[in-house]
Amino acid sequence: MAFTKKFGIAAAALLGVVVFSTATLRAEEGGPEEQPKPARQSWSFAGPFGAFDKAQLQRGFKIYKEVCSNCHELHIPIRTLAQPGGPGFTEDQVKTLAATYTVHDGPNLQGEMFDRPGRPSDYFPAPFPNPEAAAASLGAPPPDMSLLAKARKYERGFPAFVFDALPIPGGMYQELGPDYIYAILNGYTHDDDPNWNLYFPGHKIAMGKPLSPGQVEYADGTPTTLDQYAKDVAAFLYWAAEPTLEQRKRVGIRVMIFLLVFAGLLYFTKKKIWADVAH
Amino acid sequence: MHGHSTFEPKNGLVKWLEARLPILSFMHGSFVAYPTPKNLNYWWTFGAILSFMLIAQIITGVVLTMHYTPESTMAFASVEKIMRDVNWGWMLRYAHANGASMFFFAVYIHMFRGIYYGSYKAPREVLWILGVIIFLLMMATGFMGYVLPWGQMSFWGATVITNLFSAIPLVGDQITVWLWGGYSVDNPTLNRFFALHYLLPFIIVAVVGLHVWALHVVGQNNPDGVEVKDVDKDTVPFTPHATMKDSLGLAVFLLLYAWFIFFIPNYLGDADNYIQANPMKTPPHIVPEWYFLPFYAILRSIPNKLAGVIAMFSAIAVLAFLPWLDTSKVRSAKYRPIYKVFFWIFAATAIGLGYLGAMPPEGGYVLTARILSVAYFSFFLIVLPLLGLFEKTKPVPPTIADAVLAKHGSASSVAAGAASAPHTKG
Repeated sequence: MAFTKKFGIAAAALLGVVVFSTATLRAEEGGPEEQPKPARQSWSFAGPFGAFDKAQLQRGFKIYKEVCSNCHELHIPIRTLAQPGGPGFTEDQVKTLAATYTVHDGPNLQGEMFDRPGRPSDYFPAPFPNPEAAAASLGAPPPDMSLLAKARKYERGFPAFVFDALPIPGGMYQELGPDYIYAILNGYTHDDDPNWNLYFPGHKIAMGKPLSPGQVEYADGTPTTLDQYAKDVAAFLYWAAEPTLEQRKRVGIRVMIFLLVFAGLLYFTKKKIWADVAH
Repeated sequence: MHGHSTFEPKNGLVKWLEARLPILSFMHGSFVAYPTPKNLNYWWTFGAILSFMLIAQIITGVVLTMHYTPESTMAFASVEKIMRDVNWGWMLRYAHANGASMFFFAVYIHMFRGIYYGSYKAPREVLWILGVIIFLLMMATGFMGYVLPWGQMSFWGATVITNLFSAIPLVGDQITVWLWGGYSVDNPTLNRFFALHYLLPFIIVAVVGLHVWALHVVGQNNPDGVEVKDVDKDTVPFTPHATMKDSLGLAVFLLLYAWFIFFIPNYLGDADNYIQANPMKTPPHIVPEWYFLPFYAILRSIPNKLAGVIAMFSAIAVLAFLPWLDTSKVRSAKYRPIYKVFFWIFAATAIGLGYLGAMPPEGGYVLTARILSVAYFSFFLIVLPLLGLFEKTKPVPPTIADAVLAKHGSASSVAAGAASAPHTKG
């Protein structure tokens, strides 16, 4: 037994060394003032019962339409704006909106390309014919925004990443993308340099400061601050990247309840079957 | 362990079929009457869980195939189409992507259980080696499946892993070109990976068939690591006892699986894979899926490419030699006090390597990964052979029935308790 104990102590010591060395390593990797991590925001769509705030998505869409869409493509069909679990526009609103876009279509029977008014089934038109043209005009091609909120994330480190998966208070953290977008939009802190961003790796971002307070008008009286804009557009982009989120979480709750009850019934059945067997 | 089927056909049609193809008595013998050691714990439910995962992956995969386009300019968009426009497409894809992780999670538990309880020892060597082959096939399938969405990490992961073959002396470059079907990872690579990703699961099904066959010849190991001596005293029929216990284990496992699918579906994925593959832009950190990380850490901890590749493949291959590397006569760690400690050190080593595999290969991470790589191989090549010679093991109970009695105190109390109040437990 003493032998076992000694081994146990040795094992604990080995583990301790590994944990300590990795912890010190992490501390050495670039100071926090150099590259701060985005802060966790509160989102209506977070957590197991999360759902989108329709008014927020509509405001976010307005920002996309008036500001982002000048440079960024949003490769999703226009019709999705009227889909359940989204911004909640009506079919008629979407039809009217789609008609305001000009869509390059064709070839027709004569073999010619032509322009026509958009339809809800069209995708939002891209601002540039291709990424090369965008790069020539802007210096760098702006990323398509249809998946942006899922394609961005930041390092959480140990042990935070473990808690992010768990259904505990402060856990189940899946909104790293929107938090990153929010942080970037609020990260233009050097007034003399519109391409300096506190949260962008290396601080040099090709996108100049895109949003300023008061730039986009809100009809519902929501304050037109940069903070509010950043939240609204990040929420909109998260919906654009994950339009089935509400259905997913709603079904998920039912599945979990079913499995819990089912597992409970199986537990008692198993107990009864094994009751007469010593095991 | 076979030949215990009590199947007697009563129905005329069944008798007719039995005389021509005795498949019903075979099923009855394998999954109903099959004697199961009564002392199995819940770690033994992972075999059933893995069977479920294999079938779930095949079903979700076949349906996903109906909507997926294996072509390099359309693959990424077709996956997005599944996510947005196919009815329940998001659920299929999240179930399949997270299903791969759940499959590996379950197989790692299954393997660690085998190592802890010495399930690889005679007469179960072939059973164990078939398991190692299944594990290898799973890794190949998982790797190729991850390439199919054609995201940044799909592309660059495929580039890094296929490049490993270029380390083979003399013919390495030719082999790599042959694997790619070109001079870099491109559309031909995607096409062949898709074909193989569809093929390999059915090969896994075949090897699982052999694995179960071998299992049913030698019988299950058990937490006490003693062979069944008396079928009546040591075992219970598979159905309903094991069937019900496996069902409960599976239901609890499904709770975890559903949690991933419905609430944290992108937790295990890499954000970069939501960016379409771009051969001109390398991501800052190329990280494989979590289930490859311990082996990836071993690969990177060796500065020489060829040696690194050899070390990585050896880390898997060494598992196949486990039955002969472990020299101890006693199977279960329950009766091997020192082995038990080394087992947990080994488990911590594997998890530590997994963590380091996800970290950038710089500074102290490299040194730590090297130490842990040495620890990984030492467990197999030094600890296991020597421990069997020097370890003083605890007395092993002569039979499973004795082991159960020892756990429950005296025989009479158990019998009396069961007889007097059979329903209080339920």
